[in-house]
Amino acid sequence: MSDVTTFDLAEQSVRELNQHLHDVEGGSFRVTNPRGAHAVAAGIDADVAVEIDGSVGYYCAGMHQRGTVRIDGNASTGLAENMMSGTVRITGSATMSAGATGHGGLLVVEGNAGARCGISMKGIDIVVGGDVGHMSAFMAQAGTLVVLGDAADDLGDSIYEAEIYVRGSVASLGTDCVEKPVEAEHLAVLTDLLERSGLDADPADFRRYGSARELYNFHVDDIDAELADGGPDEVDAELADGGPDENGAA
Amino acid sequence: MCGIVGLFLKTERHRQELGRLTAMMLHEMRERGPDSAGFAVYDRPEGDATRITVLAEGTRPDWGAIRADLEPVLGAEVTVTPVHDHAVFSTSGDGALARQWMIDNVDDLAVLSHGSQIELYKSVGDPDLVAERYDLAGRSGTHAIAHTRMATESAITTNGSHPFVTGANTCLVHNGSLSNHNRLRRQLERAGESFQTENDSEVAAGYVAWRLAEGDTIDEALQRALVDLDGFYTFAIGIEDGFAILRDPIACKPAVVAETDDWVAMSSEFRAIAQLPGVDDAEVWEPKPAQIYTWSLSA
Repeated sequence: MSDVTTFDLAEQSVRELNQHLHDVEGGSFRVTNPRGAHAVAAGIDADVAVEIDGSVGYYCAGMHQRGTVRIDGNASTGLAENMMSGTVRITGSATMSAGATGHGGLLVVEGNAGARCGISMKGIDIVVGGDVGHMSAFMAQAGTLVVLGDAADDLGDSIYEAEIYVRGSVASLGTDCVEKPVEAEHLAVLTDLLERSGLDADPADFRRYGSARELYNFHVDDIDAELADGGPDEVDAELADGGPDENGAA
Repeated sequence: MCGIVGLFLKTERHRQELGRLTAMMLHEMRERGPDSAGFAVYDRPEGDATRITVLAEGTRPDWGAIRADLEPVLGAEVTVTPVHDHAVFSTSGDGALARQWMIDNVDDLAVLSHGSQIELYKSVGDPDLVAERYDLAGRSGTHAIAHTRMATESAITTNGSHPFVTGANTCLVHNGSLSNHNRLRRQLERAGESFQTENDSEVAAGYVAWRLAEGDTIDEALQRALVDLDGFYTFAIGIEDGFAILRDPIACKPAVVAETDDWVAMSSEFRAIAQLPGVDDAEVWEPKPAQIYTWSLSA
């Protein structure tokens, strides 16, 4: 890392920085004074190493491919959203939707991640050193979410085939998310991810969660049950009673 | 969208700069709300005079004549300080009576705030220009909340701008949208609250005002708001000696808090906080959904 190019965002624009990162094939970069700016180092698709010295705003390292981004600070909404490959690491905390819809690569949040971490993840691996907020891994399709701290309410709601490992407590599991046994193959996955993330934890301390696969198919039996219960008449009565406004959703 | 900021100074250190720092924060939230802006500044003047901030949009009232009519009603001296289309009336007489008298007797006047510590200014237009017009940067005090508006639920008007008053020395700013505001407005009108706009945030303010008038503490009022308000919100509520924040249970709307030994700052985005003095040593965190946070000088 002898030849490091520095971008000072107090002097240069995010657009200049990102255009440069999009134009090069490789190299090492340092970004200073980000001061909460949005979209810092978004859209990288090269074997670059970027170190950001301070806190960033929305969508930092969004759509990231190959290369590494390291943030010494905190990040706002959508850190590494839709990440494809490579590594993104943040030493502080990330707010909402970290790693959202990520297809691949490794996202390491050394602090806490806020609500909806890994929402709709599609193959990304996310390791969080602290806690995750509510509805994390919502509709997660593939990939692995590892949480060293606690998970807030509705973890893994409507989850598909992603895997979740939590060392601390889980406030509540979302619909169709259940605890599953930890086998040798899962310990191997955890060991590998913890090693690559550089976070210190014993794989044996984690519990595993995933899909009960009850939402995968439409159950025709349920419609019979609903009809027997009163069916359309009951719904009409509910609407006459005040309708969607009253009930939020009728 | 909308942007909100709040700055609460725990120590004397930056109180002369309260307005300048708040204006700096507001500037960073311009892109979140370019339609209109407003701010409430709290200070601790000598004595216990009530200040009433009023707005006469598009009219040019004879402030001196209003003052002359008001004095005999109160049996006390009244001073008036015009600030562009706003004016601040100050009296050591009965502040509640003065406020009601102005509502009942002066046409085309909006009473924006009342209390011993608060002054409140708002207008349509670029947030930087609004801050400049009412000299936000030149103001000192203990705490301030401010708002930049991107209108979604109702028209871009000064009366639809934030903050909205919720009682003596209290006001509210909102980022989000409420889905049950029409029904709630009708209920609150039956309970005696009055509204000037079709704005959803004014209903949230009216709701909090109603609960405070019923004797709730700010904590109790916000606990009930969690049950009765449906929609998306991050609120910052200025109170006599500090401020409170609350996010809805889904927490779609952003909020970040930073705290040092000297100050607590909250904003929609970190960039509003990024240039405050001593920010590098601040503890920075995200408020949890459905949790009430308050900071006050008395705590």
